[in-house]
Amino acid sequence: MAASDFDVKYVARLARLNLTQDEEMKFGAQLGQVLNYIEKLNRLDVSQVEPTAHAVPLVNVTRPDEVRASLPTEEALRNAPAKANGLFVVPKIVE
Amino acid sequence: MLNRLTISELTTKLRRREVSAREAAQACLDQVQRVDGQVKAFLSCDVADVLTQAEAADRELADRASTHRPLLGVPVAIKDVIAVKNQPLTCGSRILEKFVSPYDATVIEKLRAAGATIMGRLNMDEFAMGSSTENSAYFTTRNPWDAARIPGGSSGGSAAAVAAHECIASLGSDTGGSIRQPAALCGCVGLKPTYGRVSRYGLVAFASSLDQIGPFTKDVRDAATMLAAISGRDERDSTSVPEPVPDYAKVLTGDIKGLRLGLPKEYMIDGLDPEVNQAVRAAIGQLQELGAEIVEISLPHTDYAVATYYIVATAEASANLARFDGIRYGLRVDGTDPIELYSKTRGAGFGAEVKRRIILGTYVLSSGYYDAYYLRAQKVRTLIRQDFLKAFEQVDLIVTPTTPTAAFKAGEKSEDPIQMYLSDIFTISCNLAGVCGVSVPCGFTSNPKLPIGLQFLGQPFGEAAMLNAAFAYEQATEWHKAIAPLAS
Repeated sequence: MAASDFDVKYVARLARLNLTQDEEMKFGAQLGQVLNYIEKLNRLDVSQVEPTAHAVPLVNVTRPDEVRASLPTEEALRNAPAKANGLFVVPKIVE
Repeated sequence: MLNRLTISELTTKLRRREVSAREAAQACLDQVQRVDGQVKAFLSCDVADVLTQAEAADRELADRASTHRPLLGVPVAIKDVIAVKNQPLTCGSRILEKFVSPYDATVIEKLRAAGATIMGRLNMDEFAMGSSTENSAYFTTRNPWDAARIPGGSSGGSAAAVAAHECIASLGSDTGGSIRQPAALCGCVGLKPTYGRVSRYGLVAFASSLDQIGPFTKDVRDAATMLAAISGRDERDSTSVPEPVPDYAKVLTGDIKGLRLGLPKEYMIDGLDPEVNQAVRAAIGQLQELGAEIVEISLPHTDYAVATYYIVATAEASANLARFDGIRYGLRVDGTDPIELYSKTRGAGFGAEVKRRIILGTYVLSSGYYDAYYLRAQKVRTLIRQDFLKAFEQVDLIVTPTTPTAAFKAGEKSEDPIQMYLSDIFTISCNLAGVCGVSVPCGFTSNPKLPIGLQFLGQPFGEAAMLNAAFAYEQATEWHKAIAPLAS
């Protein structure tokens, strides 16, 4: 896990995030430093350690499967950038 | 000067009908008018809505003066990351510039049930990512003690608004110190509850396993009152825990005789400012005089906390912020296909720090790197949590400085992410371990005069004992009563 492998362009594409050329240069250098800093975790032996995803482990939190009122359509569409006939308008996905 | 009152002072006056809720709200609004041009804590404030709520509180106070609603008529301002129905919710971001919330967060429902007047939207680092409010897409909030300095972050607006007496109390959110750090730098009380104590429903998610909502107040009793009002299991947040909610304000005795306070030796770092060190040492001496026993403890994995945090938090953020894609809400920048639309929207809508963190988070979760970064960080998180649980077998509470230095100048760290991240070095472990923490004022630097914060860290769901120690300290000192220059 060498920080030098870090390809900011490739990762930005995975994240669906357009960057300007300036941003690519700047973030590449800054994140290289952050990754170098993070390398310190390699000093620890964690082979016998279980990972923690949540500090307060609650398991299988469920509720009865019953129909309840939810946000009305108009409210759900209130902040939509484009809408028509009670639906979100999006670019064409299939021809 | 009703805006300068604490919750307990104001509610006493309201119940005695010495003042009206409308007068209290108006006093806060007047203060916003007077000082917020300089402080810049508020992104927006719906004055008509505030006065309507206050008038409703007055009608209830007139009908039955014996009401038990603990916050009836108290103006409480809200960080712009918590949903308030029909109010803007920008998260300090351009991508949500025109977003209006269709519902109330659970904490807002609870504050309304307790009678609070919900007031205004407070500035913050974009999506709560930052330690100074310099990452807000709109403007930088200023420290009420020195306008050249930052108020801390990410809940910088929440801290500055309380310190500048523009509201009686406020809400913020804390993922790695975003309540305690700005509270320390602005000289108010800031409380991060135990993970799971307060519902996150209606809090825009940054790092879901670390985020908690908590109050900013002028004293510890008020923090206890606010915590009792917002806590509790909520079926809309499956990570909220069904622990009973004590009446936190009622259990404040101020008696800490025999309390064991742990001092982690790893927190005495090189970067600790001498004046901060001195103030914290003096506070510890005072706690001893009050009857506490001081025990040196070790949290051996402290040095790994910041690195662990920036893997866990950015990984979770990269997943959480995937929802901002220009399809259902917020900014949209059109493209020829959906992928181009997403990428252009996100490129135009997010600021630099959010982009940096999304990229880092995407990278540590990406194929080939998951085990090396994310899984490893989750394992180190286990070690950090175990440090705390072991320490709490030895001591009742842990006491530390909240921050290594007092407020820094705007621009000082904004181009150096690691230096900025290190300003949260004392607050980050608490979130990783899932324990609770509170910062209280414990002194000032000399030149310039800037507040210093003392942090208490408590056991999971041990807020009552933690607040009692903070209360005992506060009762013995006057630091929390000092008025910031920009507030007058």
